[in-house]
Amino acid sequence: MATEHASSAEHGLTPSSYIEHHLSFNAHPVSEGAGFWTLHVDTFVMSVALGFLVMGLIWLVARKATSGVPSKGQAFVELIFNFVDDQVKNIFHGNRHSFIAPTALTVFLWVFAMNSMDFLPVDWVAGIVSFFGGEHAKWRAVPTSDINTTFALALSVWILMIFFSVKVKGLGGFVHELFCAPFGSKIWVWPANFLFNLIEYVSKPLSHSLRLFGNMYAGEVIFLLLGLWAATGVSGTIFGAILGAGWSIFHILIVALQAFIFMMLTVVYLAMAHESH
Amino acid sequence: MNINFTLIAQAIAFAVLIWFTVKFVWPPLLTAIETRQKEIADGLAAASEGRSALEVAAKKSEITLNEAKQKASEIIGQAEKRGSQIVEDAKGAAKAEGERIIAGAKAEIEQEVNRAKEGLRSQVSTLAIAGAEKILRKEINASAHSEMLSKLAAEL
Repeated sequence: MATEHASSAEHGLTPSSYIEHHLSFNAHPVSEGAGFWTLHVDTFVMSVALGFLVMGLIWLVARKATSGVPSKGQAFVELIFNFVDDQVKNIFHGNRHSFIAPTALTVFLWVFAMNSMDFLPVDWVAGIVSFFGGEHAKWRAVPTSDINTTFALALSVWILMIFFSVKVKGLGGFVHELFCAPFGSKIWVWPANFLFNLIEYVSKPLSHSLRLFGNMYAGEVIFLLLGLWAATGVSGTIFGAILGAGWSIFHILIVALQAFIFMMLTVVYLAMAHESH
Repeated sequence: MNINFTLIAQAIAFAVLIWFTVKFVWPPLLTAIETRQKEIADGLAAASEGRSALEVAAKKSEITLNEAKQKASEIIGQAEKRGSQIVEDAKGAAKAEGERIIAGAKAEIEQEVNRAKEGLRSQVSTLAIAGAEKILRKEINASAHSEMLSKLAAEL
């Protein structure tokens, strides 16, 4: 995790500049004025590559899926399929196969793959990038530790949520629910209902995205802090490596758990949109 | 940490991935799994059906066996009856035949006896006539008294 750093310490790096370097995005403006019109190339490339890698691998298996005796690869894919399908089945009682279950599978596998990038030793990533892009090239390997990724997912789910809500209940039903749930349809509770729903609609994407982002960002920062041990010498490097290994092992749980939680919340939000009160 | 265009790019990537999964990944897996589940269910149903059919067949074969046994014993009984009847008939026929033969023989014997009697009678009459002739040669005309003599012979 930190072996590369020992050599780069000679360039007069301070701990804060080390961490800052690792937490900077490879940002490129896509339009004249920077500000909003900036693209984090590292986040985008990593997430798209990982998305198509995992879904492509699954597709390669699904393409040749047989109803007879499955191959080992198909058995593994079916294991994941059934795991996701069971979760969705317990929460959503409708035609889950047309949209919600495949979406849950996509979210779970994609987020899991993106979270897994946390296992790549941070300084190896930095080393490879600086080998190709110069010493000051920046590259964040974990797309889910970029708030843009988690917020993009959460907002997409949020839009789907409103879409399904309107689709199932009609626009009138959706507006009716905004004002008449959860406290009742008497006119004097309308403001309270609306405020309540407003808070719910705002808090859903925020908690959805920030939970994943916070976990992955914190995990990355801890790896960086452990990497700082390398600045204290050989014994410090070994100590840091041991701590880093421990944190990696613990992080396996977080990576899987956060991907699972993100998927479950996606399914729950979309299922709630289908229920009328 | 700021929100920027990456958000939109990621949302588009997300939409494409969902579309890809909905369109190409989920359906074949679902079809394969559901087909297999159906096949397994069908197989289990066929197995239980076969088991019940086997039971029915076993019951049926038992019934058939019993019927066959009953029929066989019936046939044997009939055959025995018929056999004894044949024996009885044969005995009766043999008895009747024997009796007939005996009766025939008796009749023949009687006939023989009668014939012998007849012969004896005629011979006796002839002898009587001859004796009488010898005694009466002189006084009796054979032709004049033959009628009386034959009447006498018939009375003997």
